[in-house]
Amino acid sequence: MTTRLRAIGWVLLVALAAVFPLWAGNYPVKLLQEILIWGIFAMSLDLLMGYAGMVSFGHSAFFGIGGYVAALALPKSAGLASALVLPAAAAALAAVVIGFFSIRVSGVYFIMLTLAFSQMFYAVAFQSSWLGAEDGIVGVPRPALLGRSLDQPLAFNVYLLGLIVLVTVLLHRIVRSPFGHVLRGIHDNEARMQAVGYAVNRYKLLAFVIGGTVAGLAGALYSQFVGSISPDAFLWTTSGEALLMVIIGGTGTLTGSLLGAAAFILLQSLVSSYTERWMLILGLTFVLLVLFAPGGILGALRGRVGLRS
Amino acid sequence: MSAAAPLLAIEGLTRSFGALAALGGVSFQVAARERRAIIGPNGAGKTTLFNVITGQLTPTSGRVLFDGYPVTGLPPHAIARLGMGRSFQRTNLFPALSVRENLRLAAAAGEPGSYDLLGRVESRRAPLDRAATIAEAVGLSGRLAEPAGRLSYGEQRQLEVGVVLATNPKLMLLDEPTAGMSPEETARMTRMLEGLPRDVTVLIIEHDMDVVGSLADRVTVLHYGLVLTEGTFDEVKRDPRVYEVYLGTA
Repeated sequence: MTTRLRAIGWVLLVALAAVFPLWAGNYPVKLLQEILIWGIFAMSLDLLMGYAGMVSFGHSAFFGIGGYVAALALPKSAGLASALVLPAAAAALAAVVIGFFSIRVSGVYFIMLTLAFSQMFYAVAFQSSWLGAEDGIVGVPRPALLGRSLDQPLAFNVYLLGLIVLVTVLLHRIVRSPFGHVLRGIHDNEARMQAVGYAVNRYKLLAFVIGGTVAGLAGALYSQFVGSISPDAFLWTTSGEALLMVIIGGTGTLTGSLLGAAAFILLQSLVSSYTERWMLILGLTFVLLVLFAPGGILGALRGRVGLRS
Repeated sequence: MSAAAPLLAIEGLTRSFGALAALGGVSFQVAARERRAIIGPNGAGKTTLFNVITGQLTPTSGRVLFDGYPVTGLPPHAIARLGMGRSFQRTNLFPALSVRENLRLAAAAGEPGSYDLLGRVESRRAPLDRAATIAEAVGLSGRLAEPAGRLSYGEQRQLEVGVVLATNPKLMLLDEPTAGMSPEETARMTRMLEGLPRDVTVLIIEHDMDVVGSLADRVTVLHYGLVLTEGTFDEVKRDPRVYEVYLGTA
């Protein structure tokens, strides 16, 4: 009964969000779409952080690669291959290479190595004239789906929601699968997983590639949403913001990352309309959140309202 | 392979940490189905020996044959998959996961199904059933849903052995399973180990001489990284050198 109620709740929420542009103004719609894209990005990081215990500070590499590949491919062909498949594949490939080296170390070394890789991509994008150097690529068209352009806010909104539902369901199943449980075991005690017979590095690499692929998808959506992509997408701040969203929402919950993305973006837009010192206010809010709700928004909700995990 | 071939053959193992030779050339053999205890004073190299056998450490020289195959240089997970399971002196569990999940993960190790990305854990019955069976064997069937980190110390030691059992090993290496236990807990652990199926070969590091006496077919005495002597418990007990280096100082 509760599961059915939950399912109905989710369907209603998705349906409402899908038709949001029908009655809401331009700005709220933009905020929602930004939340959806960052939500996908944050969830992909939560798979690594919250389940496999791999805190990556270089997740922006895949976001940027997805964004740039979509920006390069979409002017040539407006189909799904340019919009989603190629960017995701490129990000996956990069994740295989970066992951191959990075998963061999853990903790601070893993953070530093992933950070270094992402900054390398930043440097390349910043200096390559064919990538628009520091200006990046502007005038990225939106894709066309079934012969219909996604220029209209409603069409683009439905497209984003379809994708976020797909990604959420997929990640949700992955973390509950035998593979997902292996990741939790690695998170809890990597050495013992090895001792009982798991080839730990293979599982970590696979998780890293899945996370990177989904992040690439988010990056591709971002460049379609904004209509441009710049080297800043590769910056460590991009990884840092996703990291904050995951922590704010509740690490290791997936759904929490969506809440975290929403909280972060809404707070940012709200505070920045009042004061130029919005970074300070945002920072203080996060400090308080982490101090008083270490389980994130979802953790706090579960504790207070007795929401099931 | 003849029936007399040893399940485990240690050949001239050495391992140095800087100038310190933790193992100075250890050789011995363990037959299939045997219960073998390794005793020796602190610093004799017992845990280092385990770490080299199971691949956590590579030896400086020498080799380990398991079931006739050299396993030296293989990574720990590959050695484990060949049928060698070990427990740890300091409890080494998955503290955030339930007792059931601790055992299920161990039981599912090496199954191709572990790469299943979209299936459900609950739909793979074999590892779950094995987890329940092992929980029964180590006396934790009432605690299946409890996170391992919340078990009492004695229960954690039981689970430590259970995790090894769940991997269905041919050879179990137990590193002081009774370390830090009360006399009652030690007695319970000893009964549990005595009840292990005889086709599982056991190599056990143990300080408690009562446990050694009631479990081991043979005893190998390690001293300063070398095998001092080997024999039945009674033979070893009567050896004056053993008394001197180990029993005398205990």
